[in-house]
Amino acid sequence: MKSVNLIIAREYLERVKRKSFIITTILTPLLMLLLMAAPTLILMFSSPDERKIAVIDDSGVIASHLRNTDEITFVNTSAPLDSVRADENYEGILVISRGIVDEKSPSATLYTRGASSMMTEGLIAGQIEEAVEAQRILAYDIDNLRTILNEIQADVHLSTVRIDKDEESETSSILSYITGLVMDMMLYMFILIYGQMVMTSIIEEKNNRVLEIVVSSVNPTSLMLGKIAGIGLVAITQIVIWGALLAIASAWALPVLGAAAASVGDASLSGAMAQLGDTAWLASLFGWLVLFFIGGYLFYSAIWAAIGSAVDNIQDASQLSSIATVPVIIGIVCSMSIVQDPDSTMAVWVSMIPFTSPMAMMSRLPFGIPLWQILTSLAILYASFMGLIWVAAKIYRVGIFMYGKKPGLADLIRWARYK
Amino acid sequence: MYMENILIAENITKDFTGHRALDNVSIEVPRGKVYGLLGPNGAGKTTLIRIINHITAPDRGSVIFDGHTLTAADTACIGYLPEERGLYKKMKVGDQALFFARLKGLSKAEATARLKEWFDHLEISDWWDKKVEELSKGMAQKVQFIVTVLHRPKLLIFDEPFSGFDPINAGVLKREILKLRDEGATVIFSTHNMSSVEELCENITLINRSRNILSGPVAEIRERFSDNSYELSYIGAPDALAAAVASAGADIISGGVDPLGNATATLRMPRAEAVRDVIAAVNAAVDIRAFTPRIASMDDIFVRAVETSNQNTENNPTL
Repeated sequence: MKSVNLIIAREYLERVKRKSFIITTILTPLLMLLLMAAPTLILMFSSPDERKIAVIDDSGVIASHLRNTDEITFVNTSAPLDSVRADENYEGILVISRGIVDEKSPSATLYTRGASSMMTEGLIAGQIEEAVEAQRILAYDIDNLRTILNEIQADVHLSTVRIDKDEESETSSILSYITGLVMDMMLYMFILIYGQMVMTSIIEEKNNRVLEIVVSSVNPTSLMLGKIAGIGLVAITQIVIWGALLAIASAWALPVLGAAAASVGDASLSGAMAQLGDTAWLASLFGWLVLFFIGGYLFYSAIWAAIGSAVDNIQDASQLSSIATVPVIIGIVCSMSIVQDPDSTMAVWVSMIPFTSPMAMMSRLPFGIPLWQILTSLAILYASFMGLIWVAAKIYRVGIFMYGKKPGLADLIRWARYK
Repeated sequence: MYMENILIAENITKDFTGHRALDNVSIEVPRGKVYGLLGPNGAGKTTLIRIINHITAPDRGSVIFDGHTLTAADTACIGYLPEERGLYKKMKVGDQALFFARLKGLSKAEATARLKEWFDHLEISDWWDKKVEELSKGMAQKVQFIVTVLHRPKLLIFDEPFSGFDPINAGVLKREILKLRDEGATVIFSTHNMSSVEELCENITLINRSRNILSGPVAEIRERFSDNSYELSYIGAPDALAAAVASAGADIISGGVDPLGNATATLRMPRAEAVRDVIAAVNAAVDIRAFTPRIASMDDIFVRAVETSNQNTENNPTL
């Protein structure tokens, strides 16, 4: 037992002390924040470039309705199109046909120098639409028609309330959807990165022959278990640090974002913000994330450990490695559809099979699912890990002394049968 | 319990898929001696060493270490320097040596103290904080040697210890190995370098094609393989020599005259006691310049034993 602890300590400390670990652990969240904030920052620091657009209004009723914005200044002109085209002061020329108000499908033409942006086109089209509508309303000659129309218009906000839980709580599907996907990606990344780290580390030991010295002091199974545990602890350290950074960031950023959402007056957005501010909800999700990560990591690292022991170098590993990478990818692909319908039969099954359950559960958890399903899934996952690690250990003890030949799956199965 | 033999391997058989690595091999390693484990490449030496190290288990047979059946706990009393050396490249020398020492059961304080002593002794103290990848091959070998002996094992197993060392450092290593033996450790020494066997080993076992084909004290074996032959250097007629040798009842195995006129011959005595008569006869016929007994070198013995055993297995294949 003591030697396993020494191995765990070595695996853990050698990685955590590395500069690359410290840098990625601190920089990645910063980078993520920066990426999220980038659009806002760019808007804040870039001054909008003003464009002048000449308007040739043949109908005579639209031009007066066009309002200048930060980006676009409309200039009325009666000059012919050709002469306006020659004028380099104008970024574009908007030509409105005479019969625009009466046409069934009204259209106007915008001539531009260079590419026009979708935003500009949308903005101009919107303004013309409004102007045409206003002209048409006037044509009906009914008092207060505009007010009546505004009163008729309905903007429905659907709030979903779960009634299958003890406490009635308002949930936001869109938030659950996003949270599920984000947690899925995190889990996927962690399982792949750290699971494969187990494999490469075993290959390295085998490759530089330090293995022979270690196994002359400890038995191979202890070495493998120690390595899996040590690297797993590194991953958990990183997750916990990121979780803490996230908590700090959200405590600081959420009130600001929440207020912004409230001021916009979007009920679903501010509902989502309120839920995101529900720390108990987030903390329980984070707890499950850690449990499913540990299970998924252990399960897959056992496979990667067996593969690592069998091959001499990384190049040989790629083919065998797909035994583990393919199910992980299937899991994440399934999760993409699970978030659309988290209670479907497919979703329940996929979240029970240990190969895919960590990813599938992560995408279902934010929606709130029965506890028994979570616990059953965890139990299956951990039990299959126990079985798998036993098989992996058998492959490992044979594999680490096999050099030279590139083994296939059949070899691994044969080694697992050795007594 | 005190046993004269620190290690007894009895009837060890180990099969791998498609081939038998060890076939009923037995060895007895006397305590406090240097024991040579010899054999061509692929003969099964490394498998035997791994079994002694409790790394792999034999299919049949048993290993008795210090009077009891070998267990995992005994690895703390064994030090092993594998032929293929390896250390963690990214780890610092000192941390690494400490890690291995603690794996062998030393406390951190004890291990640190002993390491400092060894590092001073071999004059490598300033390597402590270097990473292994910064060391040369020979430097890394020194570190590895320290790691092997640090926990003062009763049994030391060196697989080709001198490969990669320059003659000066090989000499240092040889002295250290003998010193450890004098302090009571038993050394098993696996090598192809027969001159170091002649120099260091008291007993040997020669393994060929998974079998123990020759075992015993080095002196005895060399005696057994030296077939009462002598090298003669003389001045005179070869015909006269031939007649004299024949009259004394001995044979000339080979002989001739080199371009400078030096005549030599290899003579084989019918019995050890016949030497006096042969010398008398030869002395009467030619002028003797030198007459020396031909002792079989370990190189010779190795080649002859392996070739004989190969012929035997080819004639009576048992597998």
